Amino acid sequence: MGRYLSTLRIFWIASLTAELEYKANFVIELVATAGNLVGSIFVLSLFYGRGQSLGGWSWEGALVVLGVYTLLEGVTSTLLQPNLSTIVAHVRTGSLDFVLLKPIDSQFWLSARTFSPWGLPGIALGAGLIGYAAWRAGASPAPLTLLAAALMLVASLLILYSLWFVLAASSIWFVKIWNATEVLRSVLVAGRFPVSAFPAGLRAFFTFVVPVAFLTTVPAEAILGRASGPWLLAGGAVAAGSLVVSRWFWQFALRFYTSASS
Amino acid sequence: MRRPLLQRLAHGRRIAAVLLSSQYAYMLEYRAEIVLWALSGVLPFIMLGLWSAIDAGGGLGMSSLQLARYFLAAFVVRQFTIVWVMYTFEEDNLTGRLSPYLLQPLPLVWRYVAAHLSEQVTRLPFVVLLVGLFFLLYPAAFWWPSLSSLLLGMLATLAAFALRFLMQFTLTMVCFWSEKASALERLLYLPYLYLSGLVAPLALYPEGVRTFAFWTPFPYMVDVPARILAGETVPFGPSFAAMAAWAALFLPINLLLWRRGLRHYSAMGA
Repeated sequence: MGRYLSTLRIFWIASLTAELEYKANFVIELVATAGNLVGSIFVLSLFYGRGQSLGGWSWEGALVVLGVYTLLEGVTSTLLQPNLSTIVAHVRTGSLDFVLLKPIDSQFWLSARTFSPWGLPGIALGAGLIGYAAWRAGASPAPLTLLAAALMLVASLLILYSLWFVLAASSIWFVKIWNATEVLRSVLVAGRFPVSAFPAGLRAFFTFVVPVAFLTTVPAEAILGRASGPWLLAGGAVAAGSLVVSRWFWQFALRFYTSASS
Repeated sequence: MRRPLLQRLAHGRRIAAVLLSSQYAYMLEYRAEIVLWALSGVLPFIMLGLWSAIDAGGGLGMSSLQLARYFLAAFVVRQFTIVWVMYTFEEDNLTGRLSPYLLQPLPLVWRYVAAHLSEQVTRLPFVVLLVGLFFLLYPAAFWWPSLSSLLLGMLATLAAFALRFLMQFTLTMVCFWSEKASALERLLYLPYLYLSGLVAPLALYPEGVRTFAFWTPFPYMVDVPARILAGETVPFGPSFAAMAAWAALFLPINLLLWRRGLRHYSAMGA
């Protein structure tokens, strides 16, 4: 475990040094993330401005959902996107051979090799919005609520990671899979809104097929202190299940890896 | 020495035919990816879900059928106005592929235009399939635009594509001075996303925001063509005039930056 942590530290310091070569990007990312947040709040206000609500959620509650979404987007551009997008290139050029030969778990290496600071504004803005909206909604920072919220946020991150990883790992068979992650990203946009705001058919789709509900709505419920036992359990179970599936899927996929050309 | 006009036209037609057919063959090779790109344009359907759930109480000023038709039309318009020239150009510039292209006796921009048009043709069957699926799931929303609104809608979509291409290509010129210019496209995409009508018909925007939006080029890229296709009344004349005015504003800037950029170009990576 200690070996993994120290490797992680070296990985991230190295990639941070490389990324900081492009400092202007930070300003662009900050403006883009903030602009996106303002736009999303504007879209929410289109619904709430006419005195209607999204699936019975209060304005502040919907803002918490949006905050969780912004946070997840930040994590995606900090860790998931920069790391997992390289799997395709490794498979195509055959450099996955070298990754597999390293004396470290290959899934860990592929998932944590780089760290891009450009998603950090998103994480900060998301966390800020969650805190502000939860406070406005009158959520109490009771220890039990905080614990449930933290657990559900971790569960949501694990689910998001597994979805991305499984898609990226499919590139072992379909080299040109990268666009599939764009499809995933575009479907996850639904997570900006509480899942109960959708009609029944879509709600079922976003709960059981693509678990968007567990990504943003369930954590938001937990943050607002109204998570129910069954949903907490389901969130934990989906997270554990998807992590196991991603692990198993990687082992399974590797059996079909035959390296490039040669 | 200039050749006679007729001969030049025939020559141009031949070049266009060769460019389009070769680009189409190239795009067909990537059809699986293009299908995935098409699928990633599901945003109008997600927004339709939200708006139709809200509409259950009524009082939006738009019937649920109108909403469904608007968002389906918006999806189709978006499919045929997607522009990615900035990313291709950036890559061509960084890898030095630009240099051989520049040596050809053909303005480079036509190569990218041909690539975009061929990609849209490749996408067409799949979009038709998705539209069919939509009507299968939601038969009540079925409609067939009248011939005039179909033709005008297609014309408006084409104009929207041309305007968006021109705007992005103008921004693309920054690639001559910066290595990571495509990050700028994210900034251009923001007002496009929220003001074009992809997330909601502009009719549902508050009065002030709508007025402001129509002073920008963005509503003409989705909202206007989509409303024409959905068979709603749209002031055609002013809309096309506005698109022409925006194009007239960007074209000289584009040409100027292109000349300046070429002078600055140093065949990086070659």
